[in-house]
Amino acid sequence: MNNQTPLLTYCLRLGDNALIQSYRLSEWCSNGPILEEDLALTNFALDMTGRADLLLAYAATLEGKGQTSDSLAYRRPEKEYLNCLIHELPDEDFAFTMVRLMLTSAYDMLLYSALEKSPNENLAAIAAKAIKETRYHLAHAAGWVERLGDGTAESNSRTMQALTMLWPFTGEMFETDSAEQQLAADGIIPNITALKEPWMEKAAQVLKSATLEIPALKTWQTGGRTGRHTENLGHILCEMQYLQRAYPDATW
Amino acid sequence: MTTTDIHTELLKNFEEKIERGDAIEPKDRMPDAYRKHLIRQISQHAHSEVIGMQPEGNWITRAPTLRARQILLAKIQDEGGHGLYLYSAAETLGISRAEMIEQLHSGKAKYSNIFNYPALTWADIGAIGWLVDGAAIVNQVSLQRTSYGPYSRAMVRICKEESFHQRQGYEIMAKMMKGTKEQQEMAQDAMNRWWWPSLMMFGPHDSESPHSGDAFRWKIKRASNDELRAKFIDKTVQQAEVIGLTIPDNELKWNEERGHYDHGPINWTEFYEVIGGNGPCNLQRMNHHKRVHDEGKWVLEAAEAWTKKREQKLFDLN
Ligand SMILES: [Fe+2]
Ligand SMILES: [Fe+2]
Repeated sequence: MNNQTPLLTYCLRLGDNALIQSYRLSEWCSNGPILEEDLALTNFALDMTGRADLLLAYAATLEGKGQTSDSLAYRRPEKEYLNCLIHELPDEDFAFTMVRLMLTSAYDMLLYSALEKSPNENLAAIAAKAIKETRYHLAHAAGWVERLGDGTAESNSRTMQALTMLWPFTGEMFETDSAEQQLAADGIIPNITALKEPWMEKAAQVLKSATLEIPALKTWQTGGRTGRHTENLGHILCEMQYLQRAYPDATW
Repeated sequence: MTTTDIHTELLKNFEEKIERGDAIEPKDRMPDAYRKHLIRQISQHAHSEVIGMQPEGNWITRAPTLRARQILLAKIQDEGGHGLYLYSAAETLGISRAEMIEQLHSGKAKYSNIFNYPALTWADIGAIGWLVDGAAIVNQVSLQRTSYGPYSRAMVRICKEESFHQRQGYEIMAKMMKGTKEQQEMAQDAMNRWWWPSLMMFGPHDSESPHSGDAFRWKIKRASNDELRAKFIDKTVQQAEVIGLTIPDNELKWNEERGHYDHGPINWTEFYEVIGGNGPCNLQRMNHHKRVHDEGKWVLEAAEAWTKKREQKLFDLN
């Protein structure tokens, strides 16, 4: 990883975020609380897989070593995955999924709106597509967080519990390093620190109408961006990479 | 006129309409037996679309490429959408989706037998798309001309998407047949397991089929089980040959006189065993559907409670 260019590392991080999100969302297929939700979540999983495909394909081009989006997705070990930890946590219930999707798509909305203005045409084009999808994900998730938070006693407690579990993982989304700061200074990517406040505003607004309180700040859980993950990622990769690893000579 | 006369008169009008080839619409008078037959058939069709999401969903997280994952997600999403159109079509006949799901859970309503078989390898995703969707298309194309308007329109919409389903399945099989020896074996194994159950999807032979009378007269059904089955076999045999798959039937032979393939005997004992609940996955599929339904209740309750609170707030404001 040390010999990766900053832009390559950045694209892998974004691509891995989308890929792991798509994996978790796709687990809802045939498991949604009603058929309409099953379809919505399957659709979001599809958006996210497409996004991961584009970002990883671009990363492969940047690397220039003959990789493809598939070899990056299906042949890298845990340590080389650079997604934020929040995406790999298992879905405890529908409240957990909706709270996470609200928090991460509020983030994606800000991030991709800024990236759309990047002079890097590849990133700008991917961002333009991502914004259209994310707008819909955010509206959907925020709508559910409000209804679940302000619904029944049970749904309120499930939603609060989800928020409590997820909150310590939100800090990592705003982490940065000197390589990324350089890219930001060059105007290629947004300065992520500057997005924290508008993100907090959006999250606070949704959580307020959901009658939920933002948990008192705990220590942030981080590590994914540099390849140190939770135990969950290994299980995801086991399943996702199974065919490619079991039949290394096959093409599918 | 006596009640019986009125009844006879209405039935005569209805049958004349059917005879002319007019579509029957939700507001039209229709015999009870027609309504019942349609509710049974359309709800079974809807449940099949939804239960079918399970064996395919079982492979989403293991799809071997990003493209394969996207195609499979899009396909399963279509199937869920088909379920929705069909539930709506059945609702025009005066039954609610909740009632239909209750009937599914109680065992009163059925779903296609084919989904009581397991999807064991990635090649099964190919076989399901190619053979199962392939068989479903033959049936659904013929149902585009069914006499009940909402059902026929749902079929027209669904058929547009189904050809993509069959193509993607065939593409998976073709790729595997061009692949390693292990992939070829996987593909042939899936073919061997899905071929006969796919033929069973068309139901018993015409000589045995108990419902064909009214369903034909009322133009709900437009082609017989054996006619549809023959259509499916004829187109599929050639497709199998092209990619080098063997159909697991020694007696399969072109019959010049009939203009169709002859096939070996179908194992109807297995068919009735699976219908009777003893297939490899009957319990699993039903338990899955019930579990998800029960686990999702709190979500719907929350949504209802939320809506009530809004209404109350509006009321308090006024
Ligand atoms: Fe379908
Ligand atoms: Fe289909």
